[in-house]
Amino acid sequence: MPGLVMPKADEATMSRRAAIVAALQAIVPGEGVVDATNEMRVFESDALTAYHQLPLVVVLPQTVAQVSLILKYCYENNVKVVPRGSGTSLSGGALPLEDAVLLVMTRFNRILEIDYPNRAAVVQPGVTNLGITKAVEHEGFYYAPDPSSQIACSIGGNVAENSGGVHCLKYGLTANNVLGLEMVLITGEVIRLGGKHLDSEGYDFLGLMTGSEGLLGVVTEVTVRILQKPTTARALMVGFPTSEQAGQCVAEIIAAGIIPGGMEMMDRPAIHAAEDFVHAGYPLDVEALLIIELDGPAVEVDHLITMVEAIGRKNGATTCVISQSEEERMAFWAGRKAAFPAVGRISPDYLCMDGTIPRKELPKVLAGMRELSEKYGLRVANVFHAGDGNLHPLILYDANIPDELHKAESFGADILRLCVKVGGVLTGEHGVGVEKRDLMPEMFNEIDLNQQIRVKCAFDERHLLNPGKVFPQLHRCAELGRMHVHRGKVPFPDIPRF
Amino acid sequence: MSTFNPHSEDEIVEIVQWALSEQAPIEIIGQGSKRELGRPLQTEHTIALSTYSGVTLYEPDELVLAAKAGTPVAELEALLAASGQAFQFEPMDYGPLLGRAAGQGSLGGLLTTNLCGPRRLKAGSARDHVLGVRVVSGRGELFKSGGRVVKNVTGYDLSKGMAHSWGTLGVATEITFKVLPKPEAETTLVLRGLADDEAARAMAIAMGSSGEVASAAHLPGNVASRVIGGTLQGEASTLLRLEGFAPSVADRAEMLKKLLASAGTVDTLSEDISRNLWREIRDVIPFADGTERPVWRVSMAPMEAYKLVASLRMGAAVDAFYDWQGGLIWLRMEGDPEAEAVRALVAKYGGGHATLVRASVALRAALPVFEPQPAPLAALSKRLKQQFDPSGIFNPGRMVAGV
Repeated sequence: MPGLVMPKADEATMSRRAAIVAALQAIVPGEGVVDATNEMRVFESDALTAYHQLPLVVVLPQTVAQVSLILKYCYENNVKVVPRGSGTSLSGGALPLEDAVLLVMTRFNRILEIDYPNRAAVVQPGVTNLGITKAVEHEGFYYAPDPSSQIACSIGGNVAENSGGVHCLKYGLTANNVLGLEMVLITGEVIRLGGKHLDSEGYDFLGLMTGSEGLLGVVTEVTVRILQKPTTARALMVGFPTSEQAGQCVAEIIAAGIIPGGMEMMDRPAIHAAEDFVHAGYPLDVEALLIIELDGPAVEVDHLITMVEAIGRKNGATTCVISQSEEERMAFWAGRKAAFPAVGRISPDYLCMDGTIPRKELPKVLAGMRELSEKYGLRVANVFHAGDGNLHPLILYDANIPDELHKAESFGADILRLCVKVGGVLTGEHGVGVEKRDLMPEMFNEIDLNQQIRVKCAFDERHLLNPGKVFPQLHRCAELGRMHVHRGKVPFPDIPRF
Repeated sequence: MSTFNPHSEDEIVEIVQWALSEQAPIEIIGQGSKRELGRPLQTEHTIALSTYSGVTLYEPDELVLAAKAGTPVAELEALLAASGQAFQFEPMDYGPLLGRAAGQGSLGGLLTTNLCGPRRLKAGSARDHVLGVRVVSGRGELFKSGGRVVKNVTGYDLSKGMAHSWGTLGVATEITFKVLPKPEAETTLVLRGLADDEAARAMAIAMGSSGEVASAAHLPGNVASRVIGGTLQGEASTLLRLEGFAPSVADRAEMLKKLLASAGTVDTLSEDISRNLWREIRDVIPFADGTERPVWRVSMAPMEAYKLVASLRMGAAVDAFYDWQGGLIWLRMEGDPEAEAVRALVAKYGGGHATLVRASVALRAALPVFEPQPAPLAALSKRLKQQFDPSGIFNPGRMVAGV
């Protein structure tokens, strides 16, 4: 990401600012339009705090009709729009643009319907992820995907990013738990996808929308699957002398048909940082620590704990502690959940990366990271969703040292290149945003990227929604639409045709 | 009239480029197992991918399988079974319903028709398990999307985009799927003699419990006699499938029996019978009668679906059974498909979609086979098609005229 370049601000739009503000005020009266510089400050950044930018103007609509009118106005007047939920994106997905309206959806905060027999909840996009669970937990239900920002992040943002979390190994990502959407296209047209029923009658637009990072449309309503909470959950804390052994243990657990509710790995630096911070009782003499949670009926959990323990021992575990109480289970998790702030204590700043790799490549990637750490002279601590191969290397740096952010970013980019090289991907759950935008060609060639942009063209041919995100270069749709057809001859005259 | 049998990705690209230069529409098939499903095509040329077959990657420890689009699903299932694994989404086989032999489907069709089965409630459909695709677009360009890892949000999910596209967006050449170990044990609980509405309530209670029910179906009496050799004896049967580790299955079965005690006695089916039963439900065996009598596949909210059947029965002779906690209706019509009535009732009872999965060529040409979409959504579908296949050469009109 060094030297992030955003699309050049359009002077003509900036010079029309007063008219744009007035038009938005006519659509959303009262305090729904924020245009004073000091009041817009709070919106200038998301959770990728290294970057900030004041928007042209901020608008906070409250109704679908207002969202529709805002987008229609922007479409007709060629004004860019950046949608934003709670602003917890770790990849800069909601980074404002100088010449774009920032469309903030936080006032869409109502739960519209809870339907237990059909196991569905219909909510507005500004409702927080945890807010859905809070609304149904008195009946024993919950919403399964649990990104670590779940107390703050909105369900609309979860759809935009296809958020995961610790539990997604067993219960799936946002894409597997969203049943329906209402959304507004840049033209102002309102469309509905899915509902309380399953699967699509046509193209899987629900699948395309989920994880589209605010580039295709603005979500105004979400129908999610709610599930009965597992009756029991117990955890094991298993330490290993090498990461290879921990990796093999993970592979064998899954190969045995056991899908834990959560399976997390930490490396030595992360274990030490977490233990120093929360005193979770983690062993300090191991290279890798697994926290494995099994959930379900008590009989099943007890059965599986025994199996997992045996697999751990077989693979050379030097520590294996099974939680005997809810307090103990929470203590195991306390260290893992506090890993980020714990690293924050031992370093003034850190960058959190998000690659995914085939699980078997873990030792190779960890070794590669150690080499890179030496090369860049920066420390790295690893927490890892072990079951699905999603790595979160935390690169420690000090923003006050000139050029160290740049160095940390180059280090991060090298880690992601390594992930792609071993068959993995640039981002498992944080999104491309602006952070990994310029690394996209590491994974995709021009034809791959152009076909993705053509999906964008089907939704937003003028590239007005969230430009500058995800794609390193946005080709004009008209250009991408050109066909170069060569007059061909009948291929393979020698093969049987019928 | 030409049928192309490509053996490599390069050949597929060449065929598509040739078809483009000729502006010649082309049908994409594997072995043609689902040709009787969807709007009839009238293309002069066909790409038959059955010659483009074979597994390209299978790592059981990593739970990942990739194969060329023409690979028979049956072959892949046998390969997976040898390692104790399976496609968890349990893809159905349309063969018997459409009057063909079973086991003719291939991997490309599995994705592009988004197959699934009775485990849909818990495990999703093909779109929930696809990890990556390689596709030749209607521009004659080979592109890839996704990868081989489970957790991936790098760029748009074009793999899901290919799901349920019925070969109208591109030729999928190679597809990567997540696979999972088969459950160790299985049983099915049977509730007897419930009316459709009572069954819907009982299934909702079971699905909303901690019993982790994998599948829930309801067979009215006349349908119940047509599965597993008549073992259910023609009495309405509400079926709850439990899967997993043996001690857990036994424990949950006991819990559910107590929970549902007020609905009468609960029978238990043995593992083998249970497996056969759900395979027959999956493949709609009760309606695999060798005729062309119209069959609908209707997806609705589970607590609304039985109302559609009750309303429909007032005006037409229909045979119906339910899967997915009641939310999936398989509906066989005695005579006319009653398309307008079926779809009006879907809309009346909370929305969803109805697909005419079996009907004569004439009916499939005359009626919308897939649920018609509201204008803005239909326009978006056309724009997406245009972006993938600007000349409209792939399976033109298979789903909707103009797409």
